[in-house]
Amino acid sequence: MSTMDQVIAIIAEQAILDPSDVSPESTLEELGIDSLGLVESIFAIEEAFDISVPFNANNPGDSDFDISSVASIVQAIDRLRAEQG
Amino acid sequence: MKRVVITGAGTINALGHDVPTTLEAMRNGTCGIGPLELRDVERLSIQIGGQVRGFEAEGRYNRQQMTLYDRFTQFTLAAAKEAIDQAGLVFSGDLAAKSGVVLGTAGGGVSTWDDNYRSVYEDGKNRVHPFVVPKLMNNAAASHVSMEHNLKGPSFTVSTACASSNHAMAQAFAMVRSGMAPAMITGGSESMLCFGGVKAWEGLRVMSRDACRPFSANRNGMVQGEGAGVFVFEEYAHAKARGAEILCEVVGYAMSSDAADIVMPSKNGAARAMAGALADAGINRDEVGYINAHGTGTAANDKTECAAVADVFGPHADKLMMSSTKSMHGHLIGGTGAVELLACIMALRDGVIAPTIGYEEPDPECALDVVPNEAREAKVTVALSNAFAFGGMNAVLALKKV
Repeated sequence: MSTMDQVIAIIAEQAILDPSDVSPESTLEELGIDSLGLVESIFAIEEAFDISVPFNANNPGDSDFDISSVASIVQAIDRLRAEQG
Repeated sequence: MKRVVITGAGTINALGHDVPTTLEAMRNGTCGIGPLELRDVERLSIQIGGQVRGFEAEGRYNRQQMTLYDRFTQFTLAAAKEAIDQAGLVFSGDLAAKSGVVLGTAGGGVSTWDDNYRSVYEDGKNRVHPFVVPKLMNNAAASHVSMEHNLKGPSFTVSTACASSNHAMAQAFAMVRSGMAPAMITGGSESMLCFGGVKAWEGLRVMSRDACRPFSANRNGMVQGEGAGVFVFEEYAHAKARGAEILCEVVGYAMSSDAADIVMPSKNGAARAMAGALADAGINRDEVGYINAHGTGTAANDKTECAAVADVFGPHADKLMMSSTKSMHGHLIGGTGAVELLACIMALRDGVIAPTIGYEEPDPECALDVVPNEAREAKVTVALSNAFAFGGMNAVLALKKV
């Protein structure tokens, strides 16, 4: 499974949607993922890819980990895997 | 209804091992937060906290006591002794039979759980010390205070996360006010600064890696502390009759629950608790000079709390002072309201308002007088102490100068 497929599976589970309803362009907000759901998604991503994601719920926008869309999350994961792998 | 006064106070926290040292540190805007010193700290992503330093349980407590006293109990007993010594009360006869202990803690003996799980899971041992259960139970601290000081009346432990000690003190106040008890020992304690305790908090992603900066626009989360605050709540006529020194009066309280979200705060729930405490005390909102804020330093709490204050106090919100001493001693979780009550006593009795330190940038969503960085002299006759917990459970106390 590609990084994109894995991320879509994680996000879909969190949003209680079918993976086919989640696209790379989807934002977490439009999928209905709230702040707790976001923290849980990041935990699931860390577990799935064995990486450590720098993320503080107090200022999500300031983090290097871009959560603005599914595609940006995939990019950020690929970068962290390269750095931390 | 009886009047209720505070005749004794005791504490141990990152700012000091007793009340005078703690108040001096608050006056000076001292920061008690620093690098954590604990086993496996290098495996934590959060490595700062308001740790109690230089507290040697050995020497204070004997070997038999040490096998029964978790760190949260050790803190509680030290603070209770200071409070009861100051009050000058000796519990015997009818006074002992009716007076009890109500304390708050969120986690109880967290380091006892941590040490013993490590022993059986990591070290592979198959046996733990016989007193693990009585050492870690949440009511251990209250029980040992009752045994140490011969308190035979109603005693129990309250656990409502970050509001535990405010709920406990509210309950103790209600018991003295109703005439059920002539005196109650109350407050709370917490000791979660061990590997498992900090690791659990890390998971929530709300902790700051560098500092607790309540109400500052660049705040980035809470910082854990540890310690205890314990008080003697005494019926006014009882205290007067024996010529006790009165630190301040407790005049009202309210509790509310948000019934909304397990972690996100609610403006409405907080506002109802503050307004309820004023109504219970029969106090007009413009009499309130100081609020000791819950002020955790998270993005969500601080703006919600300021909005709630604006709702409750209207134009008077711009005149009152509100500070968060968590910036200095960290967030003592279940013990936090108890240590923070000391700042209210200092405001009422000494006319000194503890500052919010670490304040760097104004936040338009927290546009109140948060007493930034430096303590201030001011005459205050009424103070509120706020606590708003995870789980949406809130408790606010109202105190008055005597």
